[in-house]
Amino acid sequence: MRRTLFESLARRPLTEAPPAPADAALAELAASVERAARRRLGRSLAIREVDAGSCNGCELEIHALNNAFYDLERFGLRFVASPRHADVLLVTGPVTRNMREALERTYQATPDPKWVVAVGDCAADGGLFAGSYAVAGGVSAVVPVDLHIRGCPPTPLQLLQGLLALLQQGPAA
Amino acid sequence: MPQGQRVEDHRPWPRVIVTADAWRRVTSDVAAGRATLLGLWGDSGAEPCVHMAIIADTTGEIAVLTLACTAGAFPSVGALHPPAIRLERAIRSLYGLDAVGAPDTRPWLDLGFWNVVHPLAPRPLQAAANKQSPYIFLPAEGESLHQIPVGPVHAGIIEPGHFRFTASGETVVRLEQRLGYVHKGIESLMRGATIDQAARLAARTSGDSTVACSIAFAHAVEAALDVEPPPRARHLRALMAELERVANHLGDIGAVCNDASFSLMHAHCGILRERVLRAAAACFGHRLMMDRVIPGGVAADITADGADLIRALLQDIRLQFPPLVELYDNTASLQDRTAATGIVSIELVRQFGASGYVGRASGRNFDARKAPGYPPYDQLEFSVPALTAGDVNARVWIRIREVEQSLGLIEQILAGLPPGPVAVTFEVGSGEGLGLAEGFRGDVLVWLRLDGLRVARCHLRDPSWFQWPLLEAAIEGNIVADFPLCNKSFNCSYSGHDL
Repeated sequence: MRRTLFESLARRPLTEAPPAPADAALAELAASVERAARRRLGRSLAIREVDAGSCNGCELEIHALNNAFYDLERFGLRFVASPRHADVLLVTGPVTRNMREALERTYQATPDPKWVVAVGDCAADGGLFAGSYAVAGGVSAVVPVDLHIRGCPPTPLQLLQGLLALLQQGPAA
Repeated sequence: MPQGQRVEDHRPWPRVIVTADAWRRVTSDVAAGRATLLGLWGDSGAEPCVHMAIIADTTGEIAVLTLACTAGAFPSVGALHPPAIRLERAIRSLYGLDAVGAPDTRPWLDLGFWNVVHPLAPRPLQAAANKQSPYIFLPAEGESLHQIPVGPVHAGIIEPGHFRFTASGETVVRLEQRLGYVHKGIESLMRGATIDQAARLAARTSGDSTVACSIAFAHAVEAALDVEPPPRARHLRALMAELERVANHLGDIGAVCNDASFSLMHAHCGILRERVLRAAAACFGHRLMMDRVIPGGVAADITADGADLIRALLQDIRLQFPPLVELYDNTASLQDRTAATGIVSIELVRQFGASGYVGRASGRNFDARKAPGYPPYDQLEFSVPALTAGDVNARVWIRIREVEQSLGLIEQILAGLPPGPVAVTFEVGSGEGLGLAEGFRGDVLVWLRLDGLRVARCHLRDPSWFQWPLLEAAIEGNIVADFPLCNKSFNCSYSGHDL
């Protein structure tokens, strides 16, 4: 183990320069994020991920945000285990009828101020699964959404652009 | 081969319409271990019926049996063969067909939130949501037992499902899963879909196995319509499938170690996984290679510099991976967590016909790439690793060995990549096809019936169906704190199972 650790010290970091926040995301957020609330939170956001019916493709890319290339935590963004600790709900999937209540309860368990980010094409409007007896629709059919990040699944870079927009919208904007 | 009326236009393996007696005979063959259950699903064509796919253990012959459910019922397979129990519960919830004599008739997938009862039945009943009585979990009796309900929303970035633990102090006495939270109604969306639409749905049954699901779906369509994809497409499919396998195994090896609080492995495996996905994006235009495999071939050829990129990737992994394997093998505190944890017996794996690393870690080395086999694997050299310990450690080692095998396969595929077109156009028509493909998790089965221009019925069976129940067995007698470790070593798909 020591060798692995020493080698890691000698190597240059893999972490890449952050992308510019997405313009579309900034525009969408301008309408929804209260500056006062943003100021209270500073540059630190706790994220609770909720899979409300995804195929797990979005989860794979959200996971990738934590790897050395994207290193989400350097921006003060971190994933937490409970909605009680969260500022942001990152919701994926078309919301299935079977997950609807669980999503609503997760939302209610998240303290204010809070934001909901809908991740992926399914989360926007149900995607390919819209119209099924088992699907309630996009995330906004169940809880209010502040930001949509499109893609099937969105790449980690697209996710990062959206989340950075969430951070930078506010006092600095 | 079971006796019955053979159905024309079902390829590549036969489908026979059998009597209830023949159905029972095959059921006892399966229960006695002479054949393995590959799938069991309902159908509501002109007349409701059930289909059972089996593979004979000695000859490797595959067949589909069909039994008409004239009175909306069929003799239970689960009564003799427990692996069929959840499949029968799903058939009842989706089709309203009863398995007579079934040991468990509680609903499955239907959690009581739909506006419809038996959504895939010929005439589904509209119903108010929340119509069901509370779900009764199986009892566990004894002194000082307590229950721990977990989910559907879990602590990590994972899919939703409910786990009900009954524990005696730290020790798990019983785990019961309740799944279905991500049920999207894929089989109902498949009905009446064009082949293009259906292929996109198949690619999204389980995102981590999107290539494998697409290959299995393509196999089924190509069988139904008697289409042969060009050799170059076969090679490119295999290339994508092996990249998918390597990426997922690398992610899993790191994640299992992470669940034992050894984050160093997680960080390093995460880097290698990311490099695989970046190479995939550079070669095929999508990190997960979604929608790249289509019936008739592949959607696009590998980019001009693709082969060189992948060769560089192989070189990189071959340099970086062995020290990580050594690190895994030499870290006693990590081995202490993974060795002898979450053991699945050889008998259970055999009975459930569990495939992938879950099967191979417990002695069952079934691999759809070898048998029944499909091109180009018949021209490639590789071995299917198997161990017998059946613990978390063995499931990690199977993944390690499979990464090594896949690297060799990728090299052979690139070296032998035939020239020529990457897809054939074909006339859509009628027919039935069964497709199998080996994903990183195990064999994916797709059965479909095409009715002129559209899909009349399509059933997808994820390998997780025969792995989830074994997780309940694996955790028994282990401590609650080892559940994440056991669960990650299985890494079953929720979405692939729930459909």
